[in-house]
Amino acid sequence: MTRKLNLRIWRGDSTDGGLKDVVVDVNEGEVVLDVIHRVQATQMGDLAVRWNCKAGKCGSCSMEINGKPRLACMTQVASFDEGETITVTPLRAFPIIKDLVTDVSFNYKKAMEIPAYEHPTELAPGEARMEQIDVERSQEFRKCIECFLCQDTCHVIRDHEENKPVFAGPRFFIRIAELDMHPLDRLKNRKRTAQEEHGLGMCNITKCCTEVCPEHIKITDNAIIPMKERVVDIKYDPARMFSGLLRREKRD
Amino acid sequence: MPQNLQKLKYDVVIVGAGGAGLRAAVEAREAGLRVAIICKSLFGKAHTVMAEGGAAASMGNANSNDNWMVHFRDTMRGGKFLNHYRMAELHAKESPDRIWELETWGALFDRTKEGKISQRNFGGHEYPRLAHVGDRTGLELIRTMQQKIVALQQKDGRETGDMESNLKVYAEFTVTDILKEDGKVAGVYGYWRENGDEILFEAPAVVIATGGVGKTFKITSNSWEGTGDGHALALKAGANLKDMEFLQFHPTGMVWPPSVRGILVTESVRGEGGVLTNNLGERFMFKYIPDVFKDKYATTEEEADRWYTDQDNNRRPPELLPRDEVARAINSEVKAGRGTEHGGVFLDVSKRIPADVIKKRLPSMWHQFYELAGVDITKEAMEVGPTCHYVMGGVDVEPDTAAAVGVPGLFAAGEVAGGMHGSNRLGGNSLSDLLVFGRRAGAAAADYVKANGAVTVSDATIERAAQRIEAPFKNEGGENAYSLHAELQEVTHNLVGIIRTGAEIKEAIAKIADIRARSQKVTVAGNRQFNPGFHLAFDLDNMLLVAESTAKSAILREESRGGHTRDDFPGMSDKWRQVNNISSFNGSEVVVVTRPLPEIPKELFDLFDIHELEKYMTPEEIAKGGSR
Repeated sequence: MTRKLNLRIWRGDSTDGGLKDVVVDVNEGEVVLDVIHRVQATQMGDLAVRWNCKAGKCGSCSMEINGKPRLACMTQVASFDEGETITVTPLRAFPIIKDLVTDVSFNYKKAMEIPAYEHPTELAPGEARMEQIDVERSQEFRKCIECFLCQDTCHVIRDHEENKPVFAGPRFFIRIAELDMHPLDRLKNRKRTAQEEHGLGMCNITKCCTEVCPEHIKITDNAIIPMKERVVDIKYDPARMFSGLLRREKRD
Repeated sequence: MPQNLQKLKYDVVIVGAGGAGLRAAVEAREAGLRVAIICKSLFGKAHTVMAEGGAAASMGNANSNDNWMVHFRDTMRGGKFLNHYRMAELHAKESPDRIWELETWGALFDRTKEGKISQRNFGGHEYPRLAHVGDRTGLELIRTMQQKIVALQQKDGRETGDMESNLKVYAEFTVTDILKEDGKVAGVYGYWRENGDEILFEAPAVVIATGGVGKTFKITSNSWEGTGDGHALALKAGANLKDMEFLQFHPTGMVWPPSVRGILVTESVRGEGGVLTNNLGERFMFKYIPDVFKDKYATTEEEADRWYTDQDNNRRPPELLPRDEVARAINSEVKAGRGTEHGGVFLDVSKRIPADVIKKRLPSMWHQFYELAGVDITKEAMEVGPTCHYVMGGVDVEPDTAAAVGVPGLFAAGEVAGGMHGSNRLGGNSLSDLLVFGRRAGAAAADYVKANGAVTVSDATIERAAQRIEAPFKNEGGENAYSLHAELQEVTHNLVGIIRTGAEIKEAIAKIADIRARSQKVTVAGNRQFNPGFHLAFDLDNMLLVAESTAKSAILREESRGGHTRDDFPGMSDKWRQVNNISSFNGSEVVVVTRPLPEIPKELFDLFDIHELEKYMTPEEIAKGGSR
């Protein structure tokens, strides 16, 4: 069953742009990305959109649909009222390259700033033993498909370019939490550096990131809040503060 | 030559940032070389993320009877003895080390009760063998290696002050040519997808790790990137492709709604107990157990059901036959009118496994069906049907080094390489393949560079490469790449798809040639800035060469084996088991010739039961008992 859909697409580049209206066919069961592809193939051959797997597994087709950060491949057209105009715009937190494609290199720079996993040197390959229950905590965060919707929606950087140098964002807080909870990781001080170097303290746990996560990772509850609590324990423990004055204690 | 052409010099350039490319990059960098990784998408989005079930490695954690010899046998059997024995041997021997190594880089696989890496059952594997993380194993692999790359960059940063000094990722970049000087590899040429600016990478060694060709077909599990770039680049650089007629149609892709048609439904659904039924409610796979597998699969539902709890005393359910068998069976059921409303069959886990266990073991399947099809797989059956998933054929390589035969300095690993899987790949053998041969390609490329030194690309070579990129903008009045692509997909789907006949393949060859002629004049709208129509023009060129190679190989092979089914030649033939089809490119078209398979050495030959070999080999071959 084919019907007509009013689609409003942001077109332009870093210098100029605006919303363009198109009318496009839509079939039963289609997602927003299908409709964008149809526009591309029939009306706007040079419409830029990023996508890959079209199955919600790669996190490429991130955009804002009626103002909400979403994956276009996982957004059913049928989830909107018939007759409603669907507006698609690029992610707001990142610089525009063209049309729906933004420059997400910020995220890759931040990824390079997070200290890597450190494997225990005494454990040869194949010797690791871990309980399922212990790996599951980190596995939740390793489900992340790096769509960067959480980064896009986070108000610390969404409209505050000035915070970007000092704020890693929710995606990398769960990366730090994942390593911090990894049963074998040997690097110390991950929580403290999260606070001191990656801007954990700037998050005021409004849970916007959790709401937009297509993998339903409990970013705030399971990663950010536990880390914040531990940071408080470490940094503001009166006994530690006192003993820290007496000697440089081993941090964690 | 383009103004402001950027020229970069590296030791090794890796084309493709999926599992094989990243594993090769790690190896080459750890050997001390400067490495560039090029990918068409963003870093970490490669098709490897879609791999769900797991990575096959005979660690023996779930069943201590498992070892490399059993894995080798399963792989050869699955490939119907057309595999390169040496690749299957290396793969079976080395995959456990490759998995354990990932753990030292931070990977977190699911665990057994003893705390070891858990292993799950999969089609064609005699024992539970797949290391996995729920049903998102590919994501775990790619993320682990992506993070390993970052770890190496951080190390470089500490030593040189620049994290990208010796290992850099060039994302959203299209490679249009592999460049050669004096018959040897000298680099690659291409353009940034973002702005169309061109770059010359000068490098004595190039590793191709570009994955598959699924987008040549209409219904596929592959993402847009699977356009056979590496296959075509290698062909044009003078390498050969081997056995391109063998395509794996994964038996279970989604069939409804139409927009998700082809998206994969992991084999783990069957490994965990999912059963296939037709519209009569009949569990039909029992009718389709081929003679060569008769003694390995259960013949009654009772025995098949018992297997899930007692694998030592029962044979496995026929739902777990190799993929080619299951895909053909589903195809036959649908053709006979016993399919579902949307042209598939039913796959059901809801009656066998409790809802919470399904959500735990198959989380992304639950998610995928719930969000894309409105189906709750804990309560109802899925509708599934075959989808083009994997190409067994690929670049003809030396097994030990992954070096492309005939082109010094060129290497190929992962799906783009041929030979490892014979006529049909077992599930789980792809993730381990890309680790084993990605590593070997990276190491061999490093050795090659150390032995051969730097190269320089001539201006004339650069000029030729640059002109190719300019061409689509200069054409006027030609067709658009989208419509030609759609036309090609119809041809391959209808005429060289899952079931083939000589007459249809012949028609396909003529049609592909016609589309190829028209594609030379493709016209592109707009400018070079992030222009998908422009990008598709190059992808299309690659897909057409691949399709031509597939069709021309398929018409030669007059038998049915693995991922090549000829309705006019339904059985396996002794003659065709002993040869590979070798495609080359003469500058204007693909030419296919046959070449004898290497003989299996005696020590590997002796791993098989003679009665099993009798199903595949001639009495003369058996009497000879392998080489040496």
